[in-house]
Amino acid sequence: MNENEISEFRSDVRAWLQDNKPAAPSFLLPETFMEVGTDQQFEFLRRWQQTVYEAGYLGMSWPEAYGGGGQPQVMQEIVNQEMAAQRVPFVPNTIGLNWAGPLILDMGSEADKQRYIKNILSAEDIWCQGFSEPDHGSDLGNAQVRAVKDGDEYVINGSKIWTSLGSYAKYMILIARTSNEGPNKYAGLSFFLAPMTADGIAPTPIKKLTGEYGFCQTYFTDARIPADCMLGNEGEGWSVAMKTLMFERGAVGGQAGGLSMMDLNINDIVELARRATRNGRPAIEDPLTRDELVKLVLEAKGNAAMGSRARIPALGGTYPTAVAMSAKLRSSELKRKMTRFAVSLQGANGARYISEDALDGGKWQRSYLNSFSGTIGGGTTQIQKNILGERVLGLPKS
Amino acid sequence: MIRFSEEQAMLLDTAREFCQKRAPIDAVRQAIQAGQPLDATLWQTMVDLGWLGVTIPEIYGGLGLDLADTVPIFEAMGRQLLATPLLASTLAAQVLIANGSDDQKNQWLPKIAAGQIATVALTEANGAWDADQITARLNQSASGEMTLTGSKAFVLDAGVADVILVSALQGESLRWCLVDTGELPDGAIQREVVIDETRRSYSLVLSDLSIRADQILPGTAFKKIELAAMLLITAEMSGGLEGVLAVIVGYLNTRKQFDRLIGSYQAMKHPTVDILMGAEMTRSYLYHAATVWRDETDLAVVESAVRMAKCCASEQFSEAGDRGIQFHGGFGFTYECDAQLYLRRALWSQYQFGDERHQRQKLSALLF
Repeated sequence: MNENEISEFRSDVRAWLQDNKPAAPSFLLPETFMEVGTDQQFEFLRRWQQTVYEAGYLGMSWPEAYGGGGQPQVMQEIVNQEMAAQRVPFVPNTIGLNWAGPLILDMGSEADKQRYIKNILSAEDIWCQGFSEPDHGSDLGNAQVRAVKDGDEYVINGSKIWTSLGSYAKYMILIARTSNEGPNKYAGLSFFLAPMTADGIAPTPIKKLTGEYGFCQTYFTDARIPADCMLGNEGEGWSVAMKTLMFERGAVGGQAGGLSMMDLNINDIVELARRATRNGRPAIEDPLTRDELVKLVLEAKGNAAMGSRARIPALGGTYPTAVAMSAKLRSSELKRKMTRFAVSLQGANGARYISEDALDGGKWQRSYLNSFSGTIGGGTTQIQKNILGERVLGLPKS
Repeated sequence: MIRFSEEQAMLLDTAREFCQKRAPIDAVRQAIQAGQPLDATLWQTMVDLGWLGVTIPEIYGGLGLDLADTVPIFEAMGRQLLATPLLASTLAAQVLIANGSDDQKNQWLPKIAAGQIATVALTEANGAWDADQITARLNQSASGEMTLTGSKAFVLDAGVADVILVSALQGESLRWCLVDTGELPDGAIQREVVIDETRRSYSLVLSDLSIRADQILPGTAFKKIELAAMLLITAEMSGGLEGVLAVIVGYLNTRKQFDRLIGSYQAMKHPTVDILMGAEMTRSYLYHAATVWRDETDLAVVESAVRMAKCCASEQFSEAGDRGIQFHGGFGFTYECDAQLYLRRALWSQYQFGDERHQRQKLSALLF
């Protein structure tokens, strides 16, 4: 696409989003796919994904034969940017769109692609992920959910945790242990595209610190799934899981696109500081609050500068992997600090919670409580610091 | 968006290698022991490398590059705690380039490029950072004779300098005066005791010093000079942060307590990672500021970028130095431990041209 075509396409997308952006519902929407907690929220977001897909703005670069758009990737990227810029709701089937979908397109059979891809895009089939386990939060390689072959089925026992959208999902990307033999813990793992409809699979919603439901613990009790839903060969689960994580982290392309969470920008916090009042005047006029705000702005801008410098190899320095390996730590901690600060801008009203009386319906209070999913999920901040200390600085293991 | 030029990349490589070779930590300590005399051989080598003329226009014998292109040199010097008059001379050259008449530039810039030492006198004994706090005065008698009176502090390398650019009020407006050190009375320049022992810092006391009209610079740019000082000190601090981190990591990987390397304790490991993050962020802000310095014409944008960098560097380097002492335990309390060299460098740098609190105060008005 040339510059003109790109800018023309961008304005088409923008116009469509402005015309079709759903009106704000009477209830508070979640801010990420991991926070979908009520049927009302789920149905609203699923309808929105359908609308986006039917307009041709999702899976634009996926093959037409499976329901994609067969267009250049750059078009989807433009759509993604515009969706963020126009502050439209996110599309909920993230695990299907951006993790499972590209994985299936990459290494699934023709039958897999026919069966799964289109329904991922249309939100007909919701996908969830079964990686973490209650006793192995940060240690995926040690997964203990068992999968025992019996004829043309595998029998699954054990439990997975933090299953986002577990109550709504039709399929799960599941990592399970098919063997305890082998040279190491990784060799006994296998990867499945497991139907959640099988008997003996019970996703049980977990009530979060926010008081909402947002994900499940999924129990498997002699659940029988077809043997042909294994992706890759038996014992290759770890490498398939690593490939999935590459898609999850956006390290390789191929995602269907769409917004998976509402972006929180430091400018939103500055804007809130102008609107919110502390002790009878705009929070931004209070010198101590201003100083805290400057600190946060500096942290946000510093993170952006780090990303920019990391793209210049000559400026890599002594520890060239430090910036990339700390991205999750820095962004999740910043989000926690920003949302915590957002609550503090409200004076006594900082004590309110989700209700009409609260500023922005209590969105900031809820965001702060939810921000711990970032600082805990995917390896806690403390684990991240161990990893950075050991793998980047070369310090001895703890 | 950070951009890094070929010139900068080349200077970074050369400067790192040069500073590592010429300023091992033993040499830094020996120089302190000897009272920090000017190392003439080292200085001449730097002159020969062209470092004194990087920012000086080609017609005056320099390379005609941007101040941003010197950032890698200062970063490399800071990494090794190498203190030379390069900082003072480069800043003085910026004053002349921005404010000097053709004659003044002709007279001094080629000399600075060739290694004559120049320095800048901005700060005064009250320790204020803003130029509007300057009290030194350029007075004119009824007969039209001009004299300069005032007390300056933290004048780097004044004792070895040939010329000092002194800031002073003429009526309501701030001016720069060229003062030849050969024309100063005895005792006008006195060595100061400063916390960073690698620095040669001086006070300058002027009492009715006669000033000719051709000693007064026509230009009155001050902010850009202050920002230039912040940028270069930030570059040194970024290097210093990398240096103190290396000292810490080295100790954590060799020192054992309770039969374990102390780096295995998370109480040491996690704050060391925080220092790493601080160093990475400082370096990113530094090269962001350098990019903005070169590419941006709006001085307010430059000011924001430079103050953000100085703010981050001041906070992170002083904290890294502080933790560096603590992590060395009893040894950290001794003069022998290299961490003190970095902490004391960090403190000097933190309090020159605005610490982090001052920078945030300025930024609060610039950012929103």
